[in-house]
Amino acid sequence: MKLTEHFQYGLDAPICLTWELTYACNLACVHCLSSSGRRDPDELSTAECKAVIDELARMQVFYVNIGGGEPTVRSDFWEIVEYAVGHHVGVKFSTNGIKLTPERAAWLAGTDYVDVQISLDGATADVNDEVRGPGSYDTAIAAMRNLHDAGFGEFKISVVMTRHNVDQLDDFKAIADRFGAQLRITRLRPSGRGADTWHELRPTAAQQRRLYDWLVARGESVLTGDSFFHLSAYGEALPGLNLCGAGRVVCLIDPVGDVYACPFAIHEEFLAGNVRSDGGFVHVWRDSELFADLRRPQHGGACTSCGYYDSCQGGCMAAKFFTGLPLDGPDPECVRGFGEQALAGVDGASVPRSEVDHSRTGKQGPVPVSIGMGPPDRACDESPLAGMRAG
Amino acid sequence: MDFDPERPYRKAEQVELRPEPFGALAYHFGTRRLSFLKTPTLVDVVTGLERHDDVHATLDAAGVPEAQRGAYIAALAELAGTGTIEPRP
Ligand code: SF4
Ligand code: SF4
Repeated sequence: MKLTEHFQYGLDAPICLTWELTYACNLACVHCLSSSGRRDPDELSTAECKAVIDELARMQVFYVNIGGGEPTVRSDFWEIVEYAVGHHVGVKFSTNGIKLTPERAAWLAGTDYVDVQISLDGATADVNDEVRGPGSYDTAIAAMRNLHDAGFGEFKISVVMTRHNVDQLDDFKAIADRFGAQLRITRLRPSGRGADTWHELRPTAAQQRRLYDWLVARGESVLTGDSFFHLSAYGEALPGLNLCGAGRVVCLIDPVGDVYACPFAIHEEFLAGNVRSDGGFVHVWRDSELFADLRRPQHGGACTSCGYYDSCQGGCMAAKFFTGLPLDGPDPECVRGFGEQALAGVDGASVPRSEVDHSRTGKQGPVPVSIGMGPPDRACDESPLAGMRAG
Repeated sequence: MDFDPERPYRKAEQVELRPEPFGALAYHFGTRRLSFLKTPTLVDVVTGLERHDDVHATLDAAGVPEAQRGAYIAALAELAGTGTIEPRP
């Protein structure tokens, strides 16, 4: 069996586990995949978080991608990080930078097994703050400077690609180089509040092509979390696994302990269980019916006859789901245009929405791009293969 | 330094292995890099390195067939390149 086939059937423990510690966030990004804002009263306590870490250590989960919300606004955040690395579970956490003071940066620089990912969605303040909220650019840059000055080494700068920032790719790379950081770019998906802004923020077809060419030219020097494998249908496959890892090698633990197949799939359809239930996380990961389903060979549906199916695989499950497309058909951003055709036939009223919404602005409904306070960020390297080498 | 199968090696100190159906995942806590050990025999070889004077003896002990020695040495050279295994002093 080829290695990628083993991944399809799932592994004993996830490779890419995202753990969102809180729904609270100081920002209100218009594309927040978890519709964060207010804390949920039912969030895992410090003791429960430590119990989860004990379990991850037993499962030999090597590292966890911690996000939110804004994870650092939890008063026990640093304690949880220390506990994890003390138990040999590495941490990469995503932050908008709000708590990354010079003192904290120095502490991080002296702590092993911790990696930091700063979210930035524009190479200039105007582009960034439009999506992430006023002041968020300055906050992120200050955090980067603190990490750099503290000698942290190579942290990550994580950018969600939108119509307004694809043309800034070289500028993002320059910012990363300036701070000795590594650039990571990921795909905007119609998840969380992103469902309301996806249509206007997603890159145009011409931009997708430019993005693909830019990535091919950069090779593995720019991280993508394997999130652009649907673009592989332009020609040469991008580095990575080229497989939707949801429930197979990827999953999410949300702030109240719910386990979803993927951080971009917060919807009861993709809810596998809860870490508070008997058997804990390990039971959910190994025995949930949903995950067993996702680990069965999937059908390509309308994509099966496409010559690019091997590398594109019909794209992202979450992107299809939250735009109302069938899961066994083309991605809404299919580079051959089949997604656009399919979208045209979707009745907006039938598009599924997540019930989980902690937005401070109140209920579901479009969040105007112009109001933003700031956004959270995405945490997961969806790609199980990010940073991996065959050996 | 080039990989030299005449010399003693070991699994790098910062690397941990997690058994999986195909073999094992290897994670280097320093470089944060994941690698695959694609067969159970390769797992035996990697964990056995530190008990033998050189790589050849390790391959013998793990029962690697003659015809596959080249492939195993190539895989080990790659693992040495990524720091998953390291020369033993
Ligand atoms: S392809 Fe989409 S649904 Fe699948 S793991 Fe990646 S983000 Fe999640
Ligand atoms: S038809 Fe399906 S497999 Fe082909 S490029 Fe489009 S989404 Fe990918």
